[in-house]
Amino acid sequence: MSAHADTHDDIGHHHKETFVTKYIFSQDHKMIAKQYLVTGTIMGVVGVMMSMLFRMQIAWPEKPNVLFETFLGKWAPDGVMDADMYLALVTIHGTIMVFFVLTAGLSGTFSNLLIPLQIGARDMASGFLNMISYWLFFVSSVIMILSLFVEAGPAAAGWTIYPPLSALPLAQGGSGMGMTLWLVSMAIFIASSLLGSLNYIVTVINLRTKGMSMTRLPLTIWAFFVTAIIGVISFPVLLSAALLLIMDRSFGTSFFLSDIFIQGEVLHYQGGSPVLFEHLFWFLGHPEVYIVLLPALGITSEIIATNSRKPIFGYRAMIASILAIAFLSTIVWGHHMFISGMNPFLGSVFTFTTLLIAIPSAVKAFNYITTLWKGNLQFNPAMLFSIGLVSTFITGGLTGIILGDSALDINVHDTYFVVAHFHLVMGISALYGMFAGIYHWYPRMFGRMLNKNLGYIHFWVTAICAYGVFFPMHFIGMAGLPRRYYTNSNFPLFDDLSNVNVVITIFAIIGGAFQIVFLWNFFYSMFYGKKAKQNPWKSNTLEWTAPVEHIHGNWPGQIPHVHRWPYDYSKPGHDEDFVPQNVPLKEGEEELHH
Amino acid sequence: MTALFTIIVLVSITIAIWQMVKIFDLASAKKEDSEIANDRDNRINGNLMLGFLVFIYAITIFCIVFYGDLPLLSNSASEHGPQIDNLMIISLVLIFIVQTLTQFLLHFFAFKYKGEKGRKALFYADNDKLEFIWTIIPVITLAGLIIYGLFTWSEIMNVEETEDTLVVELYAQQFNWKARYAGEDNVLGKANVRLIDIDKANILGLDESDPYAQDDIITTELHLPVGKQVLFKMRSQDVLHSAYMPHFRAQMNCVPGMITQFAFTPTVTTAEMRETKQMQKKVERINSIRAEKSKKLVASGEEALDSYEFDYLLLCNKICGKSHYNMQMKIIVESEEDYNAWLKEQKLFKNSLVQN
Repeated sequence: MSAHADTHDDIGHHHKETFVTKYIFSQDHKMIAKQYLVTGTIMGVVGVMMSMLFRMQIAWPEKPNVLFETFLGKWAPDGVMDADMYLALVTIHGTIMVFFVLTAGLSGTFSNLLIPLQIGARDMASGFLNMISYWLFFVSSVIMILSLFVEAGPAAAGWTIYPPLSALPLAQGGSGMGMTLWLVSMAIFIASSLLGSLNYIVTVINLRTKGMSMTRLPLTIWAFFVTAIIGVISFPVLLSAALLLIMDRSFGTSFFLSDIFIQGEVLHYQGGSPVLFEHLFWFLGHPEVYIVLLPALGITSEIIATNSRKPIFGYRAMIASILAIAFLSTIVWGHHMFISGMNPFLGSVFTFTTLLIAIPSAVKAFNYITTLWKGNLQFNPAMLFSIGLVSTFITGGLTGIILGDSALDINVHDTYFVVAHFHLVMGISALYGMFAGIYHWYPRMFGRMLNKNLGYIHFWVTAICAYGVFFPMHFIGMAGLPRRYYTNSNFPLFDDLSNVNVVITIFAIIGGAFQIVFLWNFFYSMFYGKKAKQNPWKSNTLEWTAPVEHIHGNWPGQIPHVHRWPYDYSKPGHDEDFVPQNVPLKEGEEELHH
Repeated sequence: MTALFTIIVLVSITIAIWQMVKIFDLASAKKEDSEIANDRDNRINGNLMLGFLVFIYAITIFCIVFYGDLPLLSNSASEHGPQIDNLMIISLVLIFIVQTLTQFLLHFFAFKYKGEKGRKALFYADNDKLEFIWTIIPVITLAGLIIYGLFTWSEIMNVEETEDTLVVELYAQQFNWKARYAGEDNVLGKANVRLIDIDKANILGLDESDPYAQDDIITTELHLPVGKQVLFKMRSQDVLHSAYMPHFRAQMNCVPGMITQFAFTPTVTTAEMRETKQMQKKVERINSIRAEKSKKLVASGEEALDSYEFDYLLLCNKICGKSHYNMQMKIIVESEEDYNAWLKEQKLFKNSLVQN
């Protein structure tokens, strides 16, 4: 390890950087993190704006809307949204938010920024692969955005792209060129994600500084590390599903298709099964939930400990629950398929494994709450978002007990109850984790501070709107309202839900509009924010021992050595309420259980 | 124009917020040069945390009071329905209790331990006993739920067919449903989409040479006799669909290339359901909403909406394309005599074919 460190020392000083190698084809993990963040943020704006449009359609289905005409053009003649375009918006919103914002934007940003800085490494194991990883992500983002402008419309079969709907252009306009681009974009995205994940794993295993044992790793790193492992296990399966679907679509194979009669003709497909696709899709799809969520939980652990001025409660239990969640997440995918036609006995098995996952999740929630107990809480915006995450994680997670129970799933499957559940437990929670990370590490990334008052406004309005949108949604779901309906006006049965939908949409519009506060703060502070001190939050982890100015190789001179775990906050026997990891133990001082 | 207007409004909001923040900055007693939370921020946000707890409770109570009677929880119309409803209610109560307590602890601690300069937090890193307690409590609770859930599930899904069981095929296509009754012999004739012959009006692809198929009956409404077990065999001709019958707590996907199944016994006829107090209240509410909408429609020169009468419905609940939102079939549960009478009026398959 030290040999590696020494060779890098020299590189740090002699490396000449041009504009292109510094800002565009950079191999420096800090710059790549920023590239991920900015790209992810832009994709996020697109994804959220789409949700505004389709929420308006749900609330006021009969009314022509000028915004539709402005944004959708030919897909909203006279301001009336086309039904296929509605499905396309839902589809691309899901895809962008899950993959491009909460996977690449979240993991890509913070794994890249924090892994080398928090474990005490000069850079990622392979800076070159890291650069390739970002640029593949960039290309896949561009293709996904381009797919919106295809003549026959973008992919519109739902973000889960179940065949045959996604396989047959005869079944839906968006299943032509739009779906091809979707698949190509996702294939490139997966390649990017795999390169990133492999890099994270290798870096954490090999490049820890002296003294940084696995049980002294910050929980952020544990979360990123385990996330990368789940990604490496499950993303290739989605890639194969996508490739087989491409074969079915373009080369006439029958992996997922059989016995189809559409628009007056029998197709040649024989012997395939759409259920196979569902298995392959959810083999990634469910771990994906934790790929999105675990980094957010890791970030939260770090921020809650720092801002409570207390050690995270139950450090080992937190690691154990991350590992348990990761393991279980790979054997629960079938709970998305209870009523897909698979064997009911298989449903029983998946119910069992699914409900088990509530146990490590409960442990995590209780540990967060206990960390707050008798703390000295510093309500920086990052702390607010972290507490917000715990709140939505509990609210959203609890309803998982209903959806994971196959008998109950029968009646709420694919209703708005599901939409409410997963938006709270993974969407909003992970988004809060991302915001918390941005507020906390902004000074580390840009050398400047975000305005805290704007941060407060951003949090409180977002928090109220998130509950305002998704809490009532449980009830219209329990009333039996299916998701992905362009309008409910063909079902007088649901007429008494229409005012609830209006309330939800109003909250959504306010919440969405207030993200402008964040965007303003984000881009304005980049240039005009107050200059950051080296360790503004008085944190213990190594990234705050590096100089504010970004230098290639992270630390001038030697890499700091680690002497203690990262959570020595308010430790008796110390004057300050924090003891950074690189401070040696005092004489007679005991390190906790390590 | 509206787009421009919206943009102007958003820009003004942004400017307003910016100005507000400026005022906050100027108003704070001591001019700081950092963006780090001070005691004042901690106090304000700590109090807001308590306020947010109240907000969560308020929105919960509001939703239960105003939207609580929307859910399908107690008016199930099938034999297994009450089992699902009981499990659902138990789960909801449990969730409600845990939610109320944990949100209280979270937000109350946030309020109570808001930071103050000079105070030191308690160095408290571990407690195996506590960890054990909150591992074991979920384990026990979940074990109970899992066992209850699995018994319910296997009872619903393991269909025991008797001689009395009525076999009905549900046939899905973009964007409508068909039902096929087995006829006198109570055996559905063989079918495959390859045998579809539109010219002869063989729209479900029945095997015309199969003797069992001759007396099959194809309908666009689903009639079911009350009190008799119905076994649905489901097919789809094009893409995935899902046969969702919320009032009967029944749902199963229709998958091209395979036959899926679901069985239940309807227990409440359509007429009886219309008579229940709960349903009458719901229908009344819906009709007052429709009347109001109609007023507006008539004023703008359009037709008024029909008044609503309750019917059981079969909905498509798996995204299936453009008109997914309007793929439905009426279900009528009636007495066995009425059902038989209705069935007699329907055309047999062999008589429905167009002969060239």
